[in-house]
Amino acid sequence: MKDCANYSVIGKRLPLIDAVTKVTGEAKFTGDLFVPGMLIGAILRSPYPHARILNIDASRALKHAGVRAVVTGKDTAGVKYGALEHLRDEAALATDKVRYIGDEVAAVAAVDEETAREALDLIDVEYEPLPAVFTTEEAMRPGAPRIHDHVENNVSLSLHIPLGDVEAGFARSDFIFEDSFETQCVAHCPLEPHISLAACDGGQIVLWSSTQGPFYLRRDLSLTLKLPSSKIRVIKPFVGGGFGGKREMTAGDFCAALLAVKTSRPVKIAYDREEEFSATRRRVPMKIYLKAGVMKDGTLVAKRCRVIADGGAYNGRGPMIVASGASQMTLVYRFPHFLFEGHHVYTNNPVTSSMRGFGNNQIRFADDSMMERMAKELGIDPVELRLKNVRRPGETSLMGAKVTTCGLPECIEKVAERGGLHKKRAQNGSGGNGRQALLRGFGVASAAYISGCKLFFEHDSSAAIVKLEEDGSVCLLTGASDIGQGSNTVLAQLVAEELGIAFEDMRVVSADTDTTPMDLGAYGSRTTFVAGNAVLAAARDAKKQVLEVAAERLEADSADLEIRERWICVKGSPQRGMTFQAAVSAALNSPDGKSIMGRGYYNPPTDYDPRTRRGNVSAAYSFAAQSAEVEVNPETGEVRVINLVAAQDCGFAINPMATEGQIEGSVSMGLGQALYEDLVMEEGQTVNASFSAYKIPSVRDMPPVESHLIQTIDPEGPHGAKGIGEMTLVPTSPAIANAIYDAIGVQIKSLPITPEKILAALKEKRACS
Amino acid sequence: MKQSLELTVNGQSHELLVDPHRTLLEVLREQLGLTGAKEGCNLGDCGSCTVLLDGKPFLSCLVLAVEAQGREILTIEGLSQNGKLHPIQESFVQHGAVQCGFCTPGMILSAKALLDRNPRPTEAEVKEALSGNLCRCTGYVKIVEAIMETAKT
Repeated sequence: MKDCANYSVIGKRLPLIDAVTKVTGEAKFTGDLFVPGMLIGAILRSPYPHARILNIDASRALKHAGVRAVVTGKDTAGVKYGALEHLRDEAALATDKVRYIGDEVAAVAAVDEETAREALDLIDVEYEPLPAVFTTEEAMRPGAPRIHDHVENNVSLSLHIPLGDVEAGFARSDFIFEDSFETQCVAHCPLEPHISLAACDGGQIVLWSSTQGPFYLRRDLSLTLKLPSSKIRVIKPFVGGGFGGKREMTAGDFCAALLAVKTSRPVKIAYDREEEFSATRRRVPMKIYLKAGVMKDGTLVAKRCRVIADGGAYNGRGPMIVASGASQMTLVYRFPHFLFEGHHVYTNNPVTSSMRGFGNNQIRFADDSMMERMAKELGIDPVELRLKNVRRPGETSLMGAKVTTCGLPECIEKVAERGGLHKKRAQNGSGGNGRQALLRGFGVASAAYISGCKLFFEHDSSAAIVKLEEDGSVCLLTGASDIGQGSNTVLAQLVAEELGIAFEDMRVVSADTDTTPMDLGAYGSRTTFVAGNAVLAAARDAKKQVLEVAAERLEADSADLEIRERWICVKGSPQRGMTFQAAVSAALNSPDGKSIMGRGYYNPPTDYDPRTRRGNVSAAYSFAAQSAEVEVNPETGEVRVINLVAAQDCGFAINPMATEGQIEGSVSMGLGQALYEDLVMEEGQTVNASFSAYKIPSVRDMPPVESHLIQTIDPEGPHGAKGIGEMTLVPTSPAIANAIYDAIGVQIKSLPITPEKILAALKEKRACS
Repeated sequence: MKQSLELTVNGQSHELLVDPHRTLLEVLREQLGLTGAKEGCNLGDCGSCTVLLDGKPFLSCLVLAVEAQGREILTIEGLSQNGKLHPIQESFVQHGAVQCGFCTPGMILSAKALLDRNPRPTEAEVKEALSGNLCRCTGYVKIVEAIMETAKT
C-alpha cells in the first residue's frame, strides 16, 4: 500500500466542512428561503391510473380569492424530456393522457399554501378513464392497453446480450441451478421532500431546487421551457439527502419556473410527504429469472439472466437501470458464458427510476442468493465458493469492464474472518440464557460498482476553478453537488493537500450553473472520482502559478519549490522560503496585478459503446463485501440483525470518517430493504404513503456495524480514491437474506423478508419434513 | 381571526398576531425566521421539527402556536451561546454525526433533552430518546457515538 504518512489533509478523519453550519441550524435548504413577494404553488395530480384528458377548466380556480395563476399542459410546449433522446416519453405536465395516480395535470400559484391547495379542488378536469395495467404480466399480454401509443406490448426496451455460448456452458456444467427472485418497490425517503423555488431576475429564470445535479436540471428546463440554457440559472442550496431520487427534473421544478414567468413573482412549490411517497421516483422492482451452470468443485461456467422490470408509467432512468444489471452480473464473479435478457415494461404504476445502487441491488440479491444455495447444495463453504469465482485485479469482464484495482477477495476474506469471530463469540455466549429457541444464521454477499460512467452523454466530465485569495485562503468553485454525502469536504481536502495549506483555509462554492463550472451531478458514485480529479487538476494549475511567483521572489527554479504548512520553500532548505499568503498577495500587489486562479477538468478515459452496450464503462471499479448475522424467532417470524461487518475497497479513503458514514447509512437503508420497506400498491394507488405506514429503520433497529476500508490505491483515482456512495448499500440486503436462509434453512426469494414470509416458509418446511 | 400571543423563544419574548390554527413550526419558520426546525412530514412521524418546550422535546408540527404560550421554547438557533457550540453540537461535528443536516437540529434537541434529564444515559436510553427522530443518511451509528461521548465529558 502507498505510504500515506506524508499526507497532511487527506486520509484524515476531518469533520464535514459545513458541519458547524448544519448543527447550528444556519444551513439554508430550499424550504428555508423566503423571497419577498413569494407565492406558493401546488400541483394537481391525476386520481386515475390511466385516463384521457378531455378538457381542463380552471376558471373557478382563477376566480378564487388569492389565486394568481394556473398552468396546464396547454401552457407548455409539450416537450418530452429525459436523459436519452430516444427514450424521452414524459412531459412535465400531462398534455393528452395521464398514466399513473399522481401524474401531474396542472399547477396553481396563490398567496399562500392553503389557498393554493383549495384552488386545486376548483380545477375541473374532464377525464375519460382508460383500462389500466398494474403488473408486468398484464402489461405484456397481447391486446393489453397501450400506455404509450408508440410502444407495442408496453415494452419500452428489450435487451438481448449473448456472450460466449451459454447453452454449451450449461451442457458442460456438472450441476444446473435455476430460480426466480423478486425485488420490491422502495422509496428513497430523503428527510427533505422535493422542493423548488423559482424567480425571474434580470431576464433569467433563477431556480433554487433540492437537486442532485443542477446542470442536468438546467438542461431539462431548457428543453421543456424552450429557452436557451443561458436564460436559466439553477442553484443548489443545502439538500437534505437524495439517494438517486433527486436526479431528475420534477414537475415542481418546471411548474415553479413557468408560474414565476406567468406571475412575475417568485413561486415556491414544496411536495408534502404523501406526494413524496406516492408521486416521486422509486426503485425499479424486478423479477429475475436466473439459471447457473457450475462444476462439482464450485467453478462457475455459465449464467442466464432474464429480468422483467416494472418501469411504471414513464421511462425515467429505468431502461439504463436494466442495462446496468447486465454489467453487474458479469463484474463480481467470473464465468465464461452469459446470456442476458432484459425488458423494461410500462405499467400504470408510479415511475420507477434511479435509486442508490442503480439496478445492482436487485441483481445482487438474486445472484448472491443463488450462490448461497449453490454452496449449501454442493457442500462448499459459501465464502470459499465466492473466493473461487471472485473477480481479480487486471481482468476484463465479459461485458468489457477493465478492472484495474480490485480488493474484492480481501473484502470477502475480511468479512468472513470478522463476521466469523462475532459468530463464535455469540455462540459461546448464547448458552443458558433462555434464548436457544431463536435461530441464528450467518450470510455474506458481494458487490462491485462503477466510479462514474458514460451512459448518458458523450462525456462524463467535471470542471473546477481554484481561486487563491489575498489573505491566503482558497476558494474552490465546483459544480459537483454535495447533497449530504460530504463531497464539498472531500474536494476541499484534495485542494488543500495539493496546495500545502490547511483544511481551515478552504471555502467551497457549490453548485450554481452560473457561478460554478460544469459537473453532471451526484450519481454513479462519480463525485469523488471524477470531480476529485477535476479539482486536483485545477489545484495543480493554481499551484504552478503561485510557485512561479514565489520562484521569482526567492530567486529559485519553480520546479525546486514545494509548499508545506502554508510555507513555500526550496525543497530541502526550509529556511529559504515565504508564506503561501505572501506569494499570493505579492502576485496581486505587483504591477502585473495577477489574480491567481487555477482551472481544470476531468473526463474519465473509457470506451463504452452504447450501441453494443459493451466496453469499459468506467475508469475504475470499487468492490465490497458484507456479512450479517441474524437471529430469527421461529414463533413470530421476527428477524433481528445482531451484527454487520462491511469491507469496502474504496481505493483510498480521502476522509475515512465520511467513508464510514456512507457505509453505516447504507446498512440502515439495506436493512430496511431487506426486512421492512415495501410500497404497497392497490390498483395503482400507493397505500402506505407516510412514515407511520412505510417503516424505515429507526435508531433502535440498527445493528452494530463494523467497517473495514480496503485501500487498493487506484492508479486513475485522485490519490487512489474510487467511488463508494452507492455500492455500500448493494450487499446489505443479500447478506441479511443469506443469513436468514442459514438460520431457517429455507430460502426466501422475494424482498422484503417479512415475518409472514418466514412463518409461511417454516410452516411449509415442517409440512415437507 | 388572528389572535395576539406572546412566545418566548430562545430567551427572547415575541408578540405576534397568529391565526389560531397555525402550528408552532409554521410560526417559528415563517413569522420568526427560525428555520432550523424542519418540516419533513408535517404528521409527527419524522422528528425533523423537534423543539424543546420547557426542556422537553415536542414535535412542533403537532403543537399549535397558541399552546406554546407561556412556555420556554428552545430551537436549535438558541443552543450555541456567544458563538460557542453546545457540547452536543461540538460532538456531532467531531464524530461525523452529520451528513445532509436536515434531521440534525431535531436530533440534537432530542439529545439535549435526554442529557439534561439523564446526564449519564446508557446506549439503550440514548436510542430510546432518539427513536422518534428519523435519519436516512447516517445509519445513526455516529449520532449515538456523539451523544455517548458528550455524556462522558
